[in-house]
Amino acid sequence: MTRWLLLWVFVALGSSAVAEEIVMGLSQDEVAITASFDGSDILIFGAVKRTVASAPLPPLGVVITISGPRTPVIVRHKERRFGIWVNTSSVEVDAAPSFYAVASSAPLSEVLSETENLRHSVTLNRAIRSIGADVDNTADYTEALIRIRSNDDLYKVAEGAIDFDEETLFRTSISLPANLVEGNYATRIFLTREGAIVDRYDTVIAVQKVGVERWLFNLSREQPAIYGGLSLLLAIAAGWAASAGFAAFRR
Amino acid sequence: MQLYLPIAEVSVNAFLLLGLGGLVGMLSGMFGVGGGFLITPLLFMAGIPPAVAVATSANQIVASSFSALLSHLRRRTVDIPMGVVLLIGGLIGSALGVVVFNILKAQGQVDLLVKLCYVVFLGTVGGLMLVESLRALQRSRRSGGAPVRRKHNWVHNLPFKMKFRVSGLYISVIPPLLVGLLVGVLAAIMGVGGGFIMVPAMIYLLGVPTKVVIGTSLFQIIFVTAFTTMLHATTNYTVDMVLALLLIIGGVIGAQVGARVGTMMKAEQLRILLAVLVLAVCGQLAFDLLLRPTELYSLERVGGAV
Repeated sequence: MTRWLLLWVFVALGSSAVAEEIVMGLSQDEVAITASFDGSDILIFGAVKRTVASAPLPPLGVVITISGPRTPVIVRHKERRFGIWVNTSSVEVDAAPSFYAVASSAPLSEVLSETENLRHSVTLNRAIRSIGADVDNTADYTEALIRIRSNDDLYKVAEGAIDFDEETLFRTSISLPANLVEGNYATRIFLTREGAIVDRYDTVIAVQKVGVERWLFNLSREQPAIYGGLSLLLAIAAGWAASAGFAAFRR
Repeated sequence: MQLYLPIAEVSVNAFLLLGLGGLVGMLSGMFGVGGGFLITPLLFMAGIPPAVAVATSANQIVASSFSALLSHLRRRTVDIPMGVVLLIGGLIGSALGVVVFNILKAQGQVDLLVKLCYVVFLGTVGGLMLVESLRALQRSRRSGGAPVRRKHNWVHNLPFKMKFRVSGLYISVIPPLLVGLLVGVLAAIMGVGGGFIMVPAMIYLLGVPTKVVIGTSLFQIIFVTAFTTMLHATTNYTVDMVLALLLIIGGVIGAQVGARVGTMMKAEQLRILLAVLVLAVCGQLAFDLLLRPTELYSLERVGGAV
Protein backbone atom coordinates (compact mmCIF):
# COMPACT_ATOMS: atom_id res chain seq x y z
CA MET A 1 0.00 0.00 0.00
CA THR A 2 2.77 2.42 0.97
CA ARG A 3 4.64 1.48 -2.16
CA TRP A 4 1.61 2.28 -4.30
CA LEU A 5 1.20 5.58 -2.56
CA LEU A 6 4.86 6.49 -3.05
CA LEU A 7 4.68 5.66 -6.74
CA TRP A 8 1.58 7.80 -7.10
CA VAL A 9 3.35 10.73 -5.40
CA PHE A 10 6.33 10.34 -7.71
CA VAL A 11 4.19 10.32 -10.81
CA ALA A 12 2.21 13.31 -9.63
CA LEU A 13 5.33 15.27 -8.75
CA GLY A 14 7.13 14.33 -11.94
CA SER A 15 4.29 15.22 -14.23
CA SER A 16 3.61 18.55 -12.57
CA ALA A 17 7.32 19.49 -12.69
CA VAL A 18 7.73 18.93 -16.41
CA ALA A 19 4.19 19.55 -17.49
CA GLU A 20 5.07 22.74 -19.34
CA GLU A 21 8.50 23.40 -20.76
CA ILE A 22 10.01 26.16 -22.88
CA VAL A 23 11.45 25.37 -26.29
CA MET A 24 13.09 28.45 -27.75
CA GLY A 25 14.88 29.79 -30.75
CA LEU A 26 16.83 32.95 -31.59
CA SER A 27 17.17 34.69 -34.93
CA GLN A 28 20.86 34.96 -34.09
CA ASP A 29 22.87 33.89 -31.06
CA GLU A 30 25.82 36.05 -32.08
CA VAL A 31 25.95 39.75 -32.79
CA ALA A 32 28.99 40.79 -34.80
CA ILE A 33 30.05 44.39 -34.35
CA THR A 34 31.55 45.50 -37.62
CA ALA A 35 32.67 49.00 -38.61
CA SER A 36 29.23 49.73 -40.02
CA PHE A 37 27.34 48.30 -37.02
CA ASP A 38 24.16 50.27 -36.58
CA GLY A 39 22.26 48.28 -33.99
CA SER A 40 20.56 44.96 -34.45
CA ASP A 41 17.16 43.39 -33.99
CA ILE A 42 17.02 40.05 -32.27
CA LEU A 43 13.99 37.89 -32.76
CA ILE A 44 13.27 35.61 -29.84
CA PHE A 45 10.65 32.94 -30.41
CA GLY A 46 9.64 29.62 -29.01
CA ALA A 47 6.89 27.34 -27.90
CA VAL A 48 5.54 25.77 -24.75
CA LYS A 49 5.99 22.00 -24.84
CA ARG A 50 3.37 20.04 -22.90
CA THR A 51 3.68 16.46 -21.77
CA VAL A 52 0.10 16.41 -20.56
CA ALA A 53 -2.97 17.85 -22.20
CA SER A 54 -3.62 21.47 -21.32
CA ALA A 55 -6.04 21.35 -18.44
CA PRO A 56 -8.40 24.27 -17.78
CA LEU A 57 -5.84 26.17 -15.70
CA PRO A 58 -5.29 29.91 -15.26
CA PRO A 59 -3.57 31.54 -18.28
CA LEU A 60 0.18 31.36 -18.83
CA GLY A 61 2.49 34.35 -19.19
CA VAL A 62 5.93 34.83 -20.75
CA VAL A 63 8.65 37.21 -19.58
CA ILE A 64 11.92 37.65 -21.47
CA THR A 65 14.98 39.56 -20.27
CA ILE A 66 18.28 40.34 -22.00
CA SER A 67 21.11 41.68 -19.88
CA GLY A 68 24.47 43.01 -21.01
CA PRO A 69 27.65 42.61 -18.96
CA ARG A 70 27.40 44.07 -15.46
CA THR A 71 29.93 46.68 -14.39
CA PRO A 72 30.18 49.07 -11.46
CA VAL A 73 29.00 52.61 -12.23
CA ILE A 74 29.45 55.83 -10.28
CA VAL A 75 26.37 58.04 -10.26
CA ARG A 76 27.21 61.64 -9.40
CA HIS A 77 24.80 64.31 -8.29
CA LYS A 78 25.20 68.02 -8.95
CA GLU A 79 24.19 70.78 -6.56
CA ARG A 80 24.51 74.51 -6.62
CA ARG A 81 27.51 75.75 -4.60
CA PHE A 82 28.75 79.36 -4.72
CA GLY A 83 26.58 80.02 -7.76
CA ILE A 84 27.92 77.21 -9.91
CA TRP A 85 26.83 73.62 -10.38
CA VAL A 86 29.20 71.18 -8.76
CA ASN A 87 29.27 67.40 -8.32
CA THR A 88 28.62 67.11 -4.60
CA SER A 89 27.77 63.53 -3.84
CA SER A 90 28.03 60.21 -5.56
CA VAL A 91 26.88 56.64 -5.18
CA GLU A 92 28.72 53.68 -6.59
CA VAL A 93 26.34 51.14 -8.04
CA ASP A 94 28.11 47.82 -7.70
CA ALA A 95 26.72 46.11 -10.75
CA ALA A 96 24.63 47.74 -13.42
CA PRO A 97 24.05 45.96 -16.72
CA SER A 98 25.35 47.90 -19.72
CA PHE A 99 22.13 46.92 -21.49
CA TYR A 100 18.85 45.59 -20.14
CA ALA A 101 15.57 44.80 -21.80
CA VAL A 102 12.45 43.27 -20.29
CA ALA A 103 9.56 42.12 -22.45
CA SER A 104 6.38 40.41 -21.30
CA SER A 105 3.21 38.99 -22.79
CA ALA A 106 0.99 41.05 -20.45
CA PRO A 107 1.57 43.83 -17.91
CA LEU A 108 4.41 42.69 -15.64
CA SER A 109 2.34 43.07 -12.47
CA GLU A 110 -0.07 40.46 -13.84
CA VAL A 111 2.39 37.85 -15.05
CA LEU A 112 5.02 38.10 -12.34
CA SER A 113 4.55 38.14 -8.59
CA GLU A 114 6.70 40.32 -6.36
CA THR A 115 8.26 37.26 -4.73
CA GLU A 116 9.34 35.76 -8.02
CA ASN A 117 10.65 39.15 -9.13
CA LEU A 118 12.77 39.35 -6.00
CA ARG A 119 14.02 35.82 -6.42
CA HIS A 120 14.99 36.12 -10.09
CA SER A 121 15.73 39.87 -10.29
CA VAL A 122 13.59 40.46 -13.35
CA THR A 123 12.58 44.13 -13.37
CA LEU A 124 15.07 46.96 -13.92
CA ASN A 125 15.08 48.02 -10.28
CA ARG A 126 16.00 44.52 -9.25
CA ALA A 127 18.58 44.00 -11.99
CA ILE A 128 20.68 46.89 -10.66
CA ARG A 129 22.46 46.07 -7.48
CA SER A 130 23.79 48.68 -5.12
CA ILE A 131 25.14 47.66 -1.78
CA GLY A 132 27.04 49.77 0.70
CA ALA A 133 25.88 53.18 -0.45
CA ASP A 134 26.42 55.77 2.27
CA VAL A 135 23.83 58.29 1.05
CA ASP A 136 20.27 58.18 2.41
CA ASN A 137 18.36 58.61 -0.82
CA THR A 138 20.05 55.82 -2.82
CA ALA A 139 16.80 55.28 -4.71
CA ASP A 140 17.20 58.69 -6.40
CA TYR A 141 20.56 57.63 -7.77
CA THR A 142 19.29 54.30 -9.06
CA GLU A 143 16.36 56.09 -10.66
CA ALA A 144 18.76 58.55 -12.30
CA LEU A 145 20.84 55.66 -13.64
CA ILE A 146 17.75 54.04 -15.14
CA ARG A 147 16.54 57.36 -16.55
CA ILE A 148 19.86 58.21 -18.23
CA ARG A 149 20.34 54.74 -19.69
CA SER A 150 16.71 54.60 -20.83
CA ASN A 151 17.23 57.87 -22.70
CA ASP A 152 20.21 56.27 -24.42
CA ASP A 153 18.00 53.33 -25.42
CA LEU A 154 20.08 51.01 -23.28
CA TYR A 155 17.36 50.13 -20.78
CA LYS A 156 13.92 49.28 -22.02
CA VAL A 157 10.74 47.81 -20.66
CA ALA A 158 8.25 46.47 -23.20
CA GLU A 159 5.20 45.25 -21.34
CA GLY A 160 2.87 43.27 -23.58
CA ALA A 161 5.39 43.21 -26.42
CA ILE A 162 5.47 39.42 -26.61
CA ASP A 163 2.95 37.81 -28.93
CA PHE A 164 1.68 34.71 -27.19
CA ASP A 165 -0.61 32.65 -29.41
CA GLU A 166 -2.84 29.93 -28.04
CA GLU A 167 -0.67 29.80 -24.94
CA THR A 168 1.80 27.86 -27.04
CA LEU A 169 3.77 30.02 -29.47
CA PHE A 170 5.53 33.15 -28.32
CA ARG A 171 7.55 35.65 -30.28
CA THR A 172 9.11 39.08 -29.70
CA SER A 173 11.72 41.30 -31.25
CA ILE A 174 14.23 43.20 -29.13
CA SER A 175 16.32 45.88 -30.73
CA LEU A 176 19.92 46.29 -29.61
CA PRO A 177 21.14 49.89 -30.03
CA ALA A 178 24.27 50.93 -31.92
CA ASN A 179 26.17 51.94 -28.79
CA LEU A 180 26.54 48.36 -27.66
CA VAL A 181 29.27 47.06 -25.40
CA GLU A 182 31.02 43.76 -26.10
CA GLY A 183 30.28 40.76 -23.94
CA ASN A 184 27.90 37.92 -23.24
CA TYR A 185 24.30 39.00 -23.10
CA ALA A 186 22.42 36.73 -20.74
CA THR A 187 18.97 35.94 -22.06
CA ARG A 188 16.28 34.49 -19.78
CA ILE A 189 12.81 33.33 -20.61
CA PHE A 190 10.29 32.76 -17.83
CA LEU A 191 7.02 30.91 -18.19
CA THR A 192 4.62 31.99 -15.48
CA ARG A 193 1.18 31.11 -14.22
CA GLU A 194 -0.60 33.39 -11.80
CA GLY A 195 2.65 35.20 -11.14
CA ALA A 196 4.57 32.07 -10.23
CA ILE A 197 7.37 30.80 -12.44
CA VAL A 198 6.58 27.46 -14.03
CA ASP A 199 9.69 27.09 -16.17
CA ARG A 200 12.83 29.04 -16.92
CA TYR A 201 15.16 28.90 -19.93
CA ASP A 202 18.62 30.51 -20.04
CA THR A 203 20.81 31.19 -23.01
CA VAL A 204 23.53 33.60 -24.05
CA ILE A 205 23.83 35.97 -26.98
CA ALA A 206 27.48 36.71 -27.70
CA VAL A 207 28.16 40.28 -28.79
CA GLN A 208 31.60 40.58 -30.31
CA LYS A 209 33.65 42.91 -32.40
CA VAL A 210 34.94 41.34 -35.60
CA GLY A 211 37.46 42.15 -38.31
CA VAL A 212 39.35 45.43 -38.10
CA GLU A 213 37.41 46.46 -35.01
CA ARG A 214 38.53 43.30 -33.20
CA TRP A 215 42.12 43.69 -34.35
CA LEU A 216 42.42 47.33 -33.29
CA PHE A 217 40.78 46.69 -29.94
CA ASN A 218 43.09 43.77 -29.13
CA LEU A 219 46.17 45.69 -30.26
CA SER A 220 45.26 48.66 -28.06
CA ARG A 221 45.02 46.39 -25.01
CA GLU A 222 47.84 43.94 -25.65
CA GLN A 223 50.44 46.16 -27.32
CA PRO A 224 49.55 49.68 -26.21
CA ALA A 225 52.97 51.11 -27.09
CA ILE A 226 52.78 49.77 -30.65
CA TYR A 227 49.18 50.95 -30.92
CA GLY A 228 50.12 54.45 -29.74
CA GLY A 229 53.10 54.57 -32.07
CA LEU A 230 50.92 53.44 -34.96
CA SER A 231 48.39 56.18 -34.14
CA LEU A 232 51.13 58.79 -34.20
CA LEU A 233 52.60 57.40 -37.41
CA LEU A 234 49.16 57.57 -38.99
CA ALA A 235 48.82 61.18 -37.85
CA ILE A 236 52.23 62.23 -39.20
CA ALA A 237 51.70 60.40 -42.48
CA ALA A 238 48.27 61.95 -42.97
CA GLY A 239 49.61 65.40 -42.15
CA TRP A 240 52.45 65.01 -44.63
CA ALA A 241 50.21 63.53 -47.34
CA ALA A 242 47.78 66.42 -47.08
CA SER A 243 50.54 69.00 -47.21
CA ALA A 244 52.25 67.34 -50.16
CA GLY A 245 48.93 66.84 -51.90
CA PHE A 246 47.99 70.50 -51.60
CA ALA A 247 51.45 71.63 -52.69
CA ALA A 248 51.17 69.49 -55.83
CA PHE A 249 47.66 70.76 -56.41
CA ARG A 250 48.83 74.36 -56.30
CA ARG A 251 51.55 73.89 -58.85
CA MET B 1 26.79 56.95 -42.69
CA GLN B 2 27.06 55.42 -39.22
CA LEU B 3 30.39 54.07 -38.08
CA TYR B 4 31.12 51.98 -34.99
CA LEU B 5 34.24 53.12 -33.11
CA PRO B 6 36.18 50.16 -31.67
CA ILE B 7 37.61 51.85 -28.56
CA ALA B 8 34.87 54.37 -27.81
CA GLU B 9 32.27 51.59 -28.34
CA VAL B 10 29.71 53.94 -29.80
CA SER B 11 28.31 54.38 -33.27
CA VAL B 12 28.46 57.87 -34.75
CA ASN B 13 27.94 59.60 -38.05
CA ALA B 14 31.18 59.55 -40.07
CA PHE B 15 30.43 62.81 -41.89
CA LEU B 16 29.81 64.64 -38.64
CA LEU B 17 33.28 63.63 -37.47
CA LEU B 18 34.86 64.60 -40.80
CA GLY B 19 33.20 68.01 -40.51
CA LEU B 20 34.37 68.52 -36.93
CA GLY B 21 37.91 67.59 -37.94
CA GLY B 22 37.79 70.00 -40.87
CA LEU B 23 36.56 72.90 -38.75
CA VAL B 24 39.22 72.43 -36.12
CA GLY B 25 41.93 71.86 -38.74
CA MET B 26 41.08 75.21 -40.30
CA LEU B 27 41.54 76.95 -36.97
CA SER B 28 44.82 75.15 -36.52
CA GLY B 29 46.15 76.39 -39.85
CA MET B 30 44.88 79.94 -39.37
CA PHE B 31 45.85 80.62 -35.79
CA GLY B 32 48.46 78.05 -34.85
CA VAL B 33 46.32 76.70 -32.06
CA GLY B 34 45.93 72.95 -31.92
CA GLY B 35 42.18 73.28 -31.48
CA GLY B 36 42.07 70.92 -28.52
CA PHE B 37 40.04 73.39 -26.49
CA LEU B 38 37.40 73.22 -29.20
CA ILE B 39 37.44 69.62 -30.45
CA THR B 40 37.19 68.03 -27.02
CA PRO B 41 33.88 69.69 -26.01
CA LEU B 42 32.55 69.13 -29.55
CA LEU B 43 33.31 65.41 -29.27
CA PHE B 44 31.49 65.28 -25.92
CA MET B 45 28.45 66.70 -27.69
CA ALA B 46 28.74 64.07 -30.43
CA GLY B 47 28.40 61.39 -27.73
CA ILE B 48 32.02 60.23 -27.44
CA PRO B 49 33.01 59.24 -23.87
CA PRO B 50 35.11 62.07 -22.32
CA ALA B 51 38.25 59.99 -21.71
CA VAL B 52 38.33 58.82 -25.33
CA ALA B 53 37.59 62.32 -26.60
CA VAL B 54 40.51 63.85 -24.71
CA ALA B 55 43.04 61.19 -25.73
CA THR B 56 41.96 60.97 -29.36
CA SER B 57 41.89 64.71 -29.92
CA ALA B 58 45.53 64.82 -28.84
CA ASN B 59 46.30 62.33 -31.61
CA GLN B 60 44.29 64.34 -34.13
CA ILE B 61 46.10 67.55 -33.18
CA VAL B 62 49.43 65.90 -34.04
CA ALA B 63 48.22 65.34 -37.59
CA SER B 64 46.64 68.73 -38.25
CA SER B 65 49.54 70.58 -36.61
CA PHE B 66 52.08 68.62 -38.64
CA SER B 67 50.27 69.39 -41.86
CA ALA B 68 50.08 73.09 -40.98
CA LEU B 69 53.70 73.13 -39.82
CA LEU B 70 54.87 71.87 -43.22
CA SER B 71 53.23 74.82 -44.96
CA HIS B 72 54.80 77.18 -42.43
CA LEU B 73 58.22 75.57 -42.93
CA ARG B 74 57.89 76.11 -46.66
CA ARG B 75 57.25 79.79 -46.04
CA ARG B 76 60.09 79.94 -43.47
CA THR B 77 57.88 81.20 -40.68
CA VAL B 78 59.11 78.74 -38.03
CA ASP B 79 61.71 79.73 -35.47
CA ILE B 80 63.11 76.29 -34.68
CA PRO B 81 65.61 77.33 -31.95
CA MET B 82 62.80 79.19 -30.19
CA GLY B 83 60.55 76.15 -30.62
CA VAL B 84 63.16 73.85 -29.07
CA VAL B 85 63.60 76.14 -26.05
CA LEU B 86 59.81 76.27 -25.57
CA LEU B 87 59.58 72.52 -25.98
CA ILE B 88 62.17 71.82 -23.28
CA GLY B 89 60.14 73.95 -20.88
CA GLY B 90 56.94 72.34 -22.16
CA LEU B 91 57.99 68.75 -21.52
CA ILE B 92 59.14 69.53 -17.98
CA GLY B 93 55.88 71.41 -17.46
CA SER B 94 53.65 68.62 -18.71
CA ALA B 95 55.39 66.11 -16.48
CA LEU B 96 54.70 68.45 -13.54
CA GLY B 97 51.14 68.94 -14.80
CA VAL B 98 50.45 65.20 -14.75
CA VAL B 99 51.53 65.09 -11.10
CA VAL B 100 49.22 68.02 -10.26
CA PHE B 101 46.40 66.38 -12.23
CA ASN B 102 46.71 63.14 -10.27
CA ILE B 103 46.64 65.01 -6.96
CA LEU B 104 43.44 66.78 -8.02
CA LYS B 105 41.96 63.53 -9.24
CA ALA B 106 42.58 61.88 -5.89
CA GLN B 107 40.57 64.66 -4.25
CA GLY B 108 37.70 64.34 -6.77
CA GLN B 109 36.32 67.41 -8.53
CA VAL B 110 38.87 67.20 -11.32
CA ASP B 111 36.04 67.79 -13.77
CA LEU B 112 35.09 71.10 -12.19
CA LEU B 113 38.69 72.28 -11.87
CA VAL B 114 39.37 71.57 -15.52
CA LYS B 115 36.28 73.54 -16.48
CA LEU B 116 37.16 76.43 -14.18
CA CYS B 117 40.68 76.43 -15.64
CA TYR B 118 39.17 76.71 -19.09
CA VAL B 119 36.87 79.56 -18.14
CA VAL B 120 39.57 81.55 -16.35
CA PHE B 121 42.29 81.10 -18.96
CA LEU B 122 40.14 81.36 -22.03
CA GLY B 123 38.43 84.42 -20.56
CA THR B 124 41.65 86.19 -19.61
CA VAL B 125 43.55 85.35 -22.76
CA GLY B 126 40.62 86.06 -25.06
CA GLY B 127 39.77 89.34 -23.36
CA LEU B 128 43.35 90.65 -23.34
CA MET B 129 43.87 89.64 -26.93
CA LEU B 130 40.68 91.30 -28.10
CA VAL B 131 41.41 94.60 -26.36
CA GLU B 132 45.02 94.66 -27.53
CA SER B 133 44.33 93.79 -31.14
CA LEU B 134 41.44 96.26 -31.39
CA ARG B 135 43.82 98.94 -30.12
CA ALA B 136 46.52 97.85 -32.56
CA LEU B 137 44.03 97.98 -35.40
CA GLN B 138 43.03 101.55 -34.48
CA ARG B 139 46.66 102.56 -34.15
CA SER B 140 47.65 101.14 -37.51
CA ARG B 141 44.72 102.98 -39.14
CA ARG B 142 45.72 106.27 -37.56
CA SER B 143 49.42 106.07 -38.31
CA GLY B 144 48.88 104.66 -41.80
CA GLY B 145 50.07 101.13 -41.11
CA ALA B 146 53.52 101.96 -39.74
CA PRO B 147 54.86 99.11 -37.58
CA VAL B 148 54.93 99.81 -33.88
CA ARG B 149 58.41 99.65 -32.37
CA ARG B 150 58.68 97.07 -29.60
CA LYS B 151 59.76 98.51 -26.31
CA HIS B 152 62.51 97.08 -24.18
CA ASN B 153 61.30 95.71 -20.86
CA TRP B 154 62.61 93.53 -18.04
CA VAL B 155 62.56 90.51 -20.34
CA HIS B 156 65.56 91.92 -22.17
CA ASN B 157 67.73 92.33 -19.09
CA LEU B 158 68.08 88.64 -18.15
CA PRO B 159 71.21 86.52 -18.65
CA PHE B 160 71.79 83.55 -21.06
CA LYS B 161 70.95 85.61 -24.12
CA MET B 162 70.45 83.80 -27.37
CA LYS B 163 69.89 84.97 -30.92
CA PHE B 164 66.59 83.91 -32.51
CA ARG B 165 67.18 84.93 -36.11
CA VAL B 166 63.77 84.16 -37.61
CA SER B 167 62.01 86.12 -34.90
CA GLY B 168 64.60 88.89 -35.07
CA LEU B 169 65.10 88.67 -31.30
CA TYR B 170 68.12 88.63 -29.05
CA ILE B 171 66.75 87.67 -25.65
CA SER B 172 67.47 85.47 -22.67
CA VAL B 173 66.32 81.81 -22.87
CA ILE B 174 64.72 82.06 -19.41
CA PRO B 175 61.42 83.71 -20.43
CA PRO B 176 60.69 81.23 -23.27
CA LEU B 177 61.61 78.33 -20.96
CA LEU B 178 59.18 79.65 -18.34
CA VAL B 179 56.45 80.23 -20.92
CA GLY B 180 56.94 76.68 -22.18
CA LEU B 181 56.83 75.33 -18.64
CA LEU B 182 53.62 77.17 -17.75
CA VAL B 183 51.95 76.06 -20.97
CA GLY B 184 53.10 72.49 -20.36
CA VAL B 185 51.52 72.40 -16.90
CA LEU B 186 48.23 73.82 -18.16
CA ALA B 187 48.27 71.56 -21.21
CA ALA B 188 48.53 68.46 -19.06
CA ILE B 189 45.77 69.60 -16.69
CA MET B 190 43.40 70.82 -19.36
CA GLY B 191 44.18 68.09 -21.89
CA VAL B 192 45.01 70.43 -24.75
CA GLY B 193 48.08 71.36 -26.80
CA GLY B 194 48.17 74.80 -25.18
CA GLY B 195 48.40 76.88 -28.38
CA PHE B 196 45.76 79.33 -27.20
CA ILE B 197 47.98 80.27 -24.26
CA MET B 198 51.26 79.88 -26.11
CA VAL B 199 50.37 82.20 -28.99
CA PRO B 200 49.46 85.26 -26.89
CA ALA B 201 52.29 84.56 -24.44
CA MET B 202 54.81 84.60 -27.28
CA ILE B 203 53.35 87.76 -28.80
CA TYR B 204 52.93 89.79 -25.63
CA LEU B 205 55.59 88.42 -23.29
CA LEU B 206 58.39 87.54 -25.69
CA GLY B 207 57.64 89.95 -28.51
CA VAL B 208 57.83 87.34 -31.26
CA PRO B 209 56.25 88.56 -34.55
CA THR B 210 52.76 87.14 -35.12
CA LYS B 211 53.62 85.38 -38.40
CA VAL B 212 56.48 83.47 -36.76
CA VAL B 213 54.48 82.75 -33.61
CA ILE B 214 52.06 80.43 -35.39
CA GLY B 215 54.63 78.16 -37.02
CA THR B 216 56.73 78.02 -33.88
CA SER B 217 53.75 77.27 -31.67
CA LEU B 218 52.75 74.44 -34.03
CA PHE B 219 56.26 73.02 -33.83
CA GLN B 220 56.03 72.84 -30.04
CA ILE B 221 52.43 71.55 -29.99
CA ILE B 222 53.27 68.52 -32.15
CA PHE B 223 55.73 67.20 -29.61
CA VAL B 224 53.58 67.91 -26.57
CA THR B 225 50.49 66.25 -28.07
CA ALA B 226 52.50 63.29 -29.36
CA PHE B 227 53.77 62.81 -25.82
CA THR B 228 50.20 63.04 -24.46
CA THR B 229 48.90 60.55 -27.04
CA MET B 230 51.49 57.96 -26.07
CA LEU B 231 50.74 58.52 -22.40
CA HIS B 232 46.99 58.00 -22.89
CA ALA B 233 47.46 55.02 -25.23
CA THR B 234 49.71 53.18 -22.80
CA THR B 235 47.98 53.97 -19.50
CA ASN B 236 44.27 54.48 -20.17
CA TYR B 237 43.86 52.70 -23.56
CA THR B 238 41.60 55.51 -24.67
CA VAL B 239 43.03 56.48 -28.07
CA ASP B 240 40.52 55.48 -30.74
CA MET B 241 42.33 55.07 -34.03
CA VAL B 242 39.22 54.99 -36.19
CA LEU B 243 37.88 58.17 -34.59
CA ALA B 244 41.32 59.77 -34.94
CA LEU B 245 41.54 58.80 -38.61
CA LEU B 246 38.21 60.47 -39.41
CA LEU B 247 39.13 63.62 -37.52
CA ILE B 248 42.55 63.61 -39.17
CA ILE B 249 41.20 63.33 -42.71
CA GLY B 250 38.90 66.28 -42.07
CA GLY B 251 41.60 68.06 -40.09
CA VAL B 252 44.52 67.93 -42.50
CA ILE B 253 42.39 69.28 -45.33
CA GLY B 254 41.03 71.99 -43.06
CA ALA B 255 44.54 72.90 -41.89
CA GLN B 256 45.71 73.46 -45.45
CA VAL B 257 42.74 75.68 -46.21
CA GLY B 258 43.26 77.51 -42.93
CA ALA B 259 46.95 78.17 -43.59
CA ARG B 260 46.05 79.76 -46.95
CA VAL B 261 43.29 81.89 -45.45
CA GLY B 262 45.65 82.92 -42.65
CA THR B 263 48.24 84.37 -45.01
CA MET B 264 45.57 86.42 -46.78
CA MET B 265 44.50 88.17 -43.58
CA LYS B 266 46.09 90.92 -41.54
CA ALA B 267 47.73 89.90 -38.29
CA GLU B 268 45.36 92.11 -36.26
CA GLN B 269 42.31 90.64 -37.93
CA LEU B 270 43.59 87.13 -37.20
CA ARG B 271 44.07 88.00 -33.57
CA ILE B 272 40.60 89.54 -33.23
CA LEU B 273 39.05 86.45 -34.78
CA LEU B 274 40.94 84.13 -32.46
CA ALA B 275 40.02 86.30 -29.46
CA VAL B 276 36.32 86.19 -30.35
CA LEU B 277 36.48 82.42 -30.78
CA VAL B 278 38.25 81.90 -27.47
CA LEU B 279 35.72 84.12 -25.70
CA ALA B 280 32.81 82.25 -27.29
CA VAL B 281 34.05 78.88 -25.99
CA CYS B 282 34.71 80.46 -22.59
CA GLY B 283 31.17 81.88 -22.50
CA GLN B 284 29.67 78.50 -23.36
CA LEU B 285 31.60 76.78 -20.57
CA ALA B 286 30.73 79.50 -18.06
CA PHE B 287 27.03 79.14 -18.92
CA ASP B 288 27.25 75.39 -18.34
CA LEU B 289 28.58 76.03 -14.86
CA LEU B 290 26.04 78.75 -14.01
CA LEU B 291 22.81 77.39 -15.48
CA ARG B 292 20.86 74.62 -13.85
CA PRO B 293 21.66 71.46 -15.82
CA THR B 294 18.70 69.54 -17.24
CA GLU B 295 20.08 66.31 -15.79
CA LEU B 296 21.51 66.68 -12.30
CA TYR B 297 22.98 63.20 -12.30
CA SER B 298 25.83 61.87 -14.38
CA LEU B 299 27.26 58.38 -14.89
CA GLU B 300 30.82 57.18 -14.93
CA ARG B 301 31.82 53.64 -15.72
CA VAL B 302 34.36 52.41 -13.21
CA GLY B 303 37.60 50.75 -14.16
CA GLY B 304 37.92 52.13 -17.68
CA ALA B 305 36.12 50.75 -20.69
CA VAL B 306 34.46 47.35 -20.95
